[in-house]
Amino acid sequence: MSQPDPNQPTTSGDPLLEISNMAVAYGRIEALHGISLTVNPGELVTLIGANGAGKTTTMRAISGILPLSSGRVIFDGRDITRMKAHQRVAAGIIQAPEGRGVFPGMTVQENLDMGHYARKFDSKADYDEALERVYSLFPRLLERRKQAGGTMSGGEQQMLAIGRALMARPRLLLLDEPSMGLAPMIIQQIFRIISEINQQGTTILLVEQNAQQALSRSDRAYIMETGEVIKTGVGKELLVDPSVKEAYLGVGADSGSDTSRAAAPAAGAVAGGAAGAAERPDLRK
Amino acid sequence: MSFLALSSGPLLSNDVISFDIANLGRSFFQSTLDGLEWGAIYALVAVGYTLVYGVLRLINFAHSEVFMAGMFGQYAALMALGFTPNGNAYNEGPVMTILYLGIAMLAGMAVSCVVAVSLERVAYRPLRKRSAPPLVFLITAIGASFVLQEFVHFVLPNLTGQTLGGVNAQQPIKLVNREELFSVGDGSVSNLTLILVLSALVLTGITDIIVNRTKFGRGIRAVAQDPTTATLMGVSRERVIMLTFAIGGILAGAAALLYTLKIPNGIIFNGGFILGIKAFSAAVLGGIGNLRGALLGGLILGVAENWGQYIFGNNWKDVIAFALLVLVLMFRPTGILGEKLGRARA
Repeated sequence: MSQPDPNQPTTSGDPLLEISNMAVAYGRIEALHGISLTVNPGELVTLIGANGAGKTTTMRAISGILPLSSGRVIFDGRDITRMKAHQRVAAGIIQAPEGRGVFPGMTVQENLDMGHYARKFDSKADYDEALERVYSLFPRLLERRKQAGGTMSGGEQQMLAIGRALMARPRLLLLDEPSMGLAPMIIQQIFRIISEINQQGTTILLVEQNAQQALSRSDRAYIMETGEVIKTGVGKELLVDPSVKEAYLGVGADSGSDTSRAAAPAAGAVAGGAAGAAERPDLRK
Repeated sequence: MSFLALSSGPLLSNDVISFDIANLGRSFFQSTLDGLEWGAIYALVAVGYTLVYGVLRLINFAHSEVFMAGMFGQYAALMALGFTPNGNAYNEGPVMTILYLGIAMLAGMAVSCVVAVSLERVAYRPLRKRSAPPLVFLITAIGASFVLQEFVHFVLPNLTGQTLGGVNAQQPIKLVNREELFSVGDGSVSNLTLILVLSALVLTGITDIIVNRTKFGRGIRAVAQDPTTATLMGVSRERVIMLTFAIGGILAGAAALLYTLKIPNGIIFNGGFILGIKAFSAAVLGGIGNLRGALLGGLILGVAENWGQYIFGNNWKDVIAFALLVLVLMFRPTGILGEKLGRARA
């Protein structure tokens, strides 16, 4: 099966992250069949797809906790394909993982301090500045500074996971399903903050099932299905693409109506995942 | 009559089991002090079990041999300093005694640390690389335990011209004679009591500070609570594992010196076995994976088995220890303090 060319950078210059023909296997089962994608400096790029499409696998491979069976990962002009996970963090790639990964027995402050474990601060002033930035983005975290991470609500844990990643002062921030399991109002808030972080200059690669929110805020997006990238383009254009709308936005391709309910797209995406790829319209046209 | 003989027959005669609370009453303070001395040793060894369990979910059964190696390590260091095993205590004044104790403890720590880290490298790390199932780790641990014992049993004597190792215990080199400092009730607090209990408190205290207050410690706790996310935060899991084995080894080496002060003729190839099982029980008793639990479990186990010894008779000491473990696990499976280091993955 031929692969569509997914590389259409909207900005010029060298990409910050360049993945070419990345394949990843769990034992004998191949989960990614050679995907390629790029993220340019300053961009907010989204990966969309149903459950099992390979989004989280992609993120884990970029972070270096899953080995590639073939392909290459270039970060900032450097081949990091064989680089160990903790060295990638030191190089500036940090992830807020799926399910948040808050350390339950550590306080909020200790969790935040895990963020700069591998990226030391030059001075106390730099540290204070970074901490202040996180606390101003998420005032709730300041209130709960001494509370154990495991006792916080889902939304607070997500804020903590993002704040912790920011403490690494990332050059590339990987966010894996930050909206998962959260109430619509919290989702809105999280997405607003993600946009804000991006506008402050942090390059972000985002994985989402909430396609509506994600596409409307991203510069570009890749759509994944069963371990392959099947479509790519500018976020807002994909938002009105009929096949994308039908498969991921919970709206019929011909209805054209806009949905104002925040929960609807997520529900649609889950339903799409449950229905399986076979029943979905062919996106490869 | 406070004395209860269960049977007059030879099988359950007075020598086998008795039940004599008054005996404990008569020796309450002495048995408690003796229990604290044992508890100090258990606690130091228990920390090694609990830390490794916290980060790897592995019961490192070879840890008792890490402890045993420490006994030989400090003994070898003293021999190198010119001490000969003649059964008498050396007395060159308190300053020199403290110096020799310090050197012996450092030597024990160094040897145990090297053995623990090498064990990790040679036995466990290759299994991790191949993602071996937990049972394989357990069997490897038991195998490594035998390898280390038999090394000291058969190989070490040949390497050292029959001066170290072999089938018999080493002739004791005594650095400190037990001398009473003051008495509490019926019990006598000796110089050894103070050395043992204070050393254990100081060393577990330092370990507690390292794990809970330093960046290294944060890395250890991160791996214990969520290894994947810890890696995503840039913690090198391999480095944390090595550090964990090193800390456990260092404390076992300290315990080795303390043990030989208490039991001077205990330096033998299989001398760590029962003590290791007791220390493991202490770790489980306090809540395995919980650092403070290891200290508490060690002290409770030490005191309880000594009390039991006075009530039921000398031979019942080990039975009391394990019966206590079974009882605690029946009513509180997570141990007294519960699992804390790795609360995430209960």
